[in-house]
Amino acid sequence: MRTRTLIATACALALGACTGMDDGTGGETRSASAASPSVGADGGTPYASTYQRYPGRPTALVGATVFDGAGNRFDNATVLFRDGEVVEVGTGLPTDGYDVIDGTGKFVTPGVIDIHSHLGDYPTPSVQAHSDGNEATSPTTPEVWAEHSVWPQDPGFSRALANGGVTAMQILPGSANLTGGRSVTLKNVASRTVQEMKFPGAPYGMKMACGENPKRVYGSRGRMPSTRMGNFAVNRQMWLDARAYAAGDRSKRDLAKETLAGVLDGDILIHNHCYRADEMALVMDMAKEMGYKVTAFHHAVESYKIADLLRENDVCSAIWADWYGFKMESYDGIRENAALLWKSGACVVIHSDDENGIQRLNQEAAKAQAAGRRMGLDIPDADVVGWFTLNAAKAMGIDKMTGSLEPGKMADVVLWNGDPLSVYSRPEKVWIDGALLYDALDRSRRPVSDFELGQPGAGDVK
Amino acid sequence: MIRLALLGSAAALALVTPAAAQDFTITNATVATGDGSEPVENATVVVRNGRIVAAGAGVTVPAGGEVIDGTGKWVTPGIFSAVTDLGLSDVDGVSESNDTAAGNSPFSAALDASTALNPNSQDVMVARADGITRASVSTRPSASIFGGQGAVIDLGADPEMVTRPRAFQLVDLGETGARISGGSRTSAHALLRNALREAQSYGDRAAIGAATARPSDTSFGDDVPLDPRLSGRDSERAGDVLLTRFDAAALVPVVRGEQPLYVVAERASDIREAIRLKRDFPRLDLVILGASEGWLVANEIAAANVPVIADPLDDLPTGFDQLAATQSNIGRMRDAGVTVAIGRMSGGTGEQPRNARQYAGNLVALSRLPGATGLTWGEALATITSIPARISGFGGRLGTLTSNAAADVVIWDGDPLEVGTVPEAVFVDGVRQPTDTHQSGLRERYRDLNEADLPQAYDW
Repeated sequence: MRTRTLIATACALALGACTGMDDGTGGETRSASAASPSVGADGGTPYASTYQRYPGRPTALVGATVFDGAGNRFDNATVLFRDGEVVEVGTGLPTDGYDVIDGTGKFVTPGVIDIHSHLGDYPTPSVQAHSDGNEATSPTTPEVWAEHSVWPQDPGFSRALANGGVTAMQILPGSANLTGGRSVTLKNVASRTVQEMKFPGAPYGMKMACGENPKRVYGSRGRMPSTRMGNFAVNRQMWLDARAYAAGDRSKRDLAKETLAGVLDGDILIHNHCYRADEMALVMDMAKEMGYKVTAFHHAVESYKIADLLRENDVCSAIWADWYGFKMESYDGIRENAALLWKSGACVVIHSDDENGIQRLNQEAAKAQAAGRRMGLDIPDADVVGWFTLNAAKAMGIDKMTGSLEPGKMADVVLWNGDPLSVYSRPEKVWIDGALLYDALDRSRRPVSDFELGQPGAGDVK
Repeated sequence: MIRLALLGSAAALALVTPAAAQDFTITNATVATGDGSEPVENATVVVRNGRIVAAGAGVTVPAGGEVIDGTGKWVTPGIFSAVTDLGLSDVDGVSESNDTAAGNSPFSAALDASTALNPNSQDVMVARADGITRASVSTRPSASIFGGQGAVIDLGADPEMVTRPRAFQLVDLGETGARISGGSRTSAHALLRNALREAQSYGDRAAIGAATARPSDTSFGDDVPLDPRLSGRDSERAGDVLLTRFDAAALVPVVRGEQPLYVVAERASDIREAIRLKRDFPRLDLVILGASEGWLVANEIAAANVPVIADPLDDLPTGFDQLAATQSNIGRMRDAGVTVAIGRMSGGTGEQPRNARQYAGNLVALSRLPGATGLTWGEALATITSIPARISGFGGRLGTLTSNAAADVVIWDGDPLEVGTVPEAVFVDGVRQPTDTHQSGLRERYRDLNEADLPQAYDW
């Protein structure tokens, strides 16, 4: 909340600084002009987060094995958090003033973060009336915002929390379009409105897609693009038009251009659905040509073929552990993808893109780790936990706030009843900003969506 | 049980011992037989002539044959993937390679999965390398409510995949079947009942029950012959028929209870209606597929003695036919006495067949979660080995380390239900299987990114 207000204010006050053309290599120093594009007629940030943390008790988790998300492991450690923030992680810390929870034999990690979810915009029940994830009426729709599709009553949010320990996620538009629109980052807190779920201070992302989906969707309608070269042509022209807009005074409101200008400014992060290595290499060149940066390739099943390029360009790969072969461009998917990226020093994020997979990101990461072990790559557990916590947070631009158990960060915490890299473990308790929002031992700490009330199995263990 | 016994003896004929079967003994391993019991440490598995001779602790190591040191390893039966599409597709999204559904076919129940199997599909190789040795496969209902005649197959690296062709018929009586059939469950039920009646009368007119009227089935080589009246005048029927004669013929063994009918039904009321089919067609040999709301009607399923091949971890109200879905479904059905296997895993995404072990492991995890109902480790393994084999008509013959069962054996590098565990050796009918795949080739090629001397393409 605080960060968000500051950004909006800075932009409003320094309009000149917000409207300049960026070279695409940075943006840190520029205000988030297009990320919070405009000030509404009421002077506020449009659709601003109204999230407020729920009350929590000062809590000490004592005696557990702790993976802090930042690559460290602490045995028999204590995790302290209060007032919504992590206080300290270490061994033998005094716990005066804290509610002590015995973590003996248990494990603690940061809250799980899914960088690629469609919860809310493709909610269950998966009926046609709920199909709100692809504005598949034009190949480029940077003007749409995923948050305007999110149904907060999607029962999938509660499953991700209870079974997956998911505390934050990025909801993306689908991949029918080359440019699908803005993503939104949410806290996994049951809410009446999407604004109450919006992660305060999180930058926006923009979804792009290469390859088969856009050319199939539009080619089948006799429209451009119908080929991969058509994909690039449409995207490049879109960027050229956006650059012209961004170089101007930006005074005329244009939803599509505001989002694209935000990308050029470096304030909106590009999340690019892309499977094939050769296409990723081309996209990275398109980004250089047009002056923006790709933050992460999603579904990047062939990243292992260009791990060096990805490392050099500082692009993350958001991937499944083992999906392969369900379409031509996924034919070369291998389980060792994450391990080979890790070996090359490239950034690995484990994602779900799936309302079921989001419940088991920890297990997916463990599968990818094991594939590495079999080919002689011993990846420490603490690094693997980072694949579904801190690395996801980094690629979503929220790593200063969450993703690891470092002092001052949001107390997004999971207490697992065993090793999170084992199939036999489940979240026992999940805190978001220090508030206990799931407790396997207490039925009253289990969210039930409006949709499920009065239905068979409402409130059941799921 | 009678059916299983009958089919079991017939199955023995179908399980031809391959010439290359090795005699071997695995020693000092942690062995789980797949029958629901817990694993036993320091145990021995003896294989002779493509069959299991003995498995367990205190088994004497016989003379002869290879002795494999199983120290630190786990040994189980090969995984049985129930109701999948292995062998029917190379790439799901490449329609030319995909035979998993016949959306424009004029035929329905007569579609025969055994005619489309491709042992060189990467899906088959990947599944085999991951310890899946048997499966039941069928096409998916698409043009009609019938999926067609499914086959039981092995995944051995040899040209013959079929263990038993036309082993079951599949019909969808849930939301999908209702949409296919004309827009309502009423139509799906009317279609099915009409089809079964046509098959019934078809069989009667041609006096299928009379031994003399039935030609020899030797040309087909299995125990469920294609109805012989597909040629000749006996196949003529009255005018008011909906099914092609080929489709009607395919349903004759179903209506006679000689071929199981797998019914897709998720909603509690859909499951009830499926069970009620037996009032009109008492000889039907039903199996329920899906059953996400099975726990709501578990006692009725158990009383009807109908086994279930369940979706393993469904816990979302994906449709209005599974509002009550919960991961505890399988455990609760087990508690009610229902025979439950895990199945319907296919394709290359989250529910790809090789993830059945992970899903079974999750069912074990539930047993540690307050309020949830899980399975024991041994029960969980049984849901992907002996139970699907038994439902498929191969009880005691497949999916188990019981004496005289086919030697489908996997040696694992750890607990097979734990994520990341993989086979070190896979045997089908006692034949050690190759585990190289397209994926392993890519892994080795890209192990090192080094093109200093030659492009990666020369690394193979």
